[in-house]
Amino acid sequence: MPAATSAPAEKHEQARSAESLVVYLLLGLFLGIVFLKSEVASWFRIQEMFRFQAFRMYGVIGGAVAVGALGVALLKRTGALTIRGEPIQFPDAEERRPGIRHFAGGTCFGLGWGLLGACPGPIYALLGSGLGVMLVALVSALAGAWVYGLLRPELPH
Amino acid sequence: MLDALRSPWPWWVAGPLIGLVVLFVFWYGGRKWGVSQSLQHICAATLPRGIEYFRYDWRKDGSWNLAMVAGVVLGGFIGGRVLSGPDDVVAISEATRADLIGFGITDFTGLVPSDLFSFQALLTPTGVALVIGGGFLVGFGARWANGCTSGHAISGLATLQPSSLLAVIGFFLGGLISAHFLLPLLF
Repeated sequence: MPAATSAPAEKHEQARSAESLVVYLLLGLFLGIVFLKSEVASWFRIQEMFRFQAFRMYGVIGGAVAVGALGVALLKRTGALTIRGEPIQFPDAEERRPGIRHFAGGTCFGLGWGLLGACPGPIYALLGSGLGVMLVALVSALAGAWVYGLLRPELPH
Repeated sequence: MLDALRSPWPWWVAGPLIGLVVLFVFWYGGRKWGVSQSLQHICAATLPRGIEYFRYDWRKDGSWNLAMVAGVVLGGFIGGRVLSGPDDVVAISEATRADLIGFGITDFTGLVPSDLFSFQALLTPTGVALVIGGGFLVGFGARWANGCTSGHAISGLATLQPSSLLAVIGFFLGGLISAHFLLPLLF
């Protein structure tokens, strides 16, 4: 009776997926605190960064890259698997290949970052901190993403 | 201990913590950490309108990411309301402060200048350009580039992706143009 055996398996899968959503929610909660307490969500700090007037932002990003790169090298070298024993999906050749999209899209993103002073993570964190006007920024970012989806066939990549 | 949590965290604490998040997401989810894909998932969930970019199973591919950004909002509440005082001033350098005073910014309390980031400021051209124009470009650019600060500048550089290096060069080119040419025009 396959139905009888698959039902508990399906339930187990659902429970596992609900559990992982809670883990990601907690991860996000941690990130939201870090974005605010590190001041990377500060418009003042972003202006300071683009004026090369302090090291702080470069220290945060550089520190994150250094720890991430060391860890990724270790994960690759040891052939580590995920918590569920599955292979880790590192970016493939297609994703690694530089293209027009990265430079052109990146420049658009940078223009916005310099004006708004917040990248996507900090938009969410500032909204949570009670800065209501960030809801307008979030809706604008969603509009930007939507228009990209619409224009995608016409844009160079 | 609580005082240390309430004051701004040094870069050498915050940076490595974000790096650990990259590693955690690889280990726990087997995938690369990125925040701006949440914008695509939200569009796919709410207004796909038959656009190919939004035609996929967002519940299957995006639930983890949407749960994470919901957490970021909650974390923002804790970080901004529970772990801080209302009069916090970001200790930017004197040179930056002088430049911003030159723009006419007077209120340096909080993480963002209240003169520019309020609903009232949205009635001014500068407020519209910063919040609506800036927000739009962040969303449009992040999806065109296939990642933002998290996916390219942090996860992407940590995995030594050439595409991410090019994107980060773009981020800085754009940011420098905004900070040095667009902002002076707007004030």
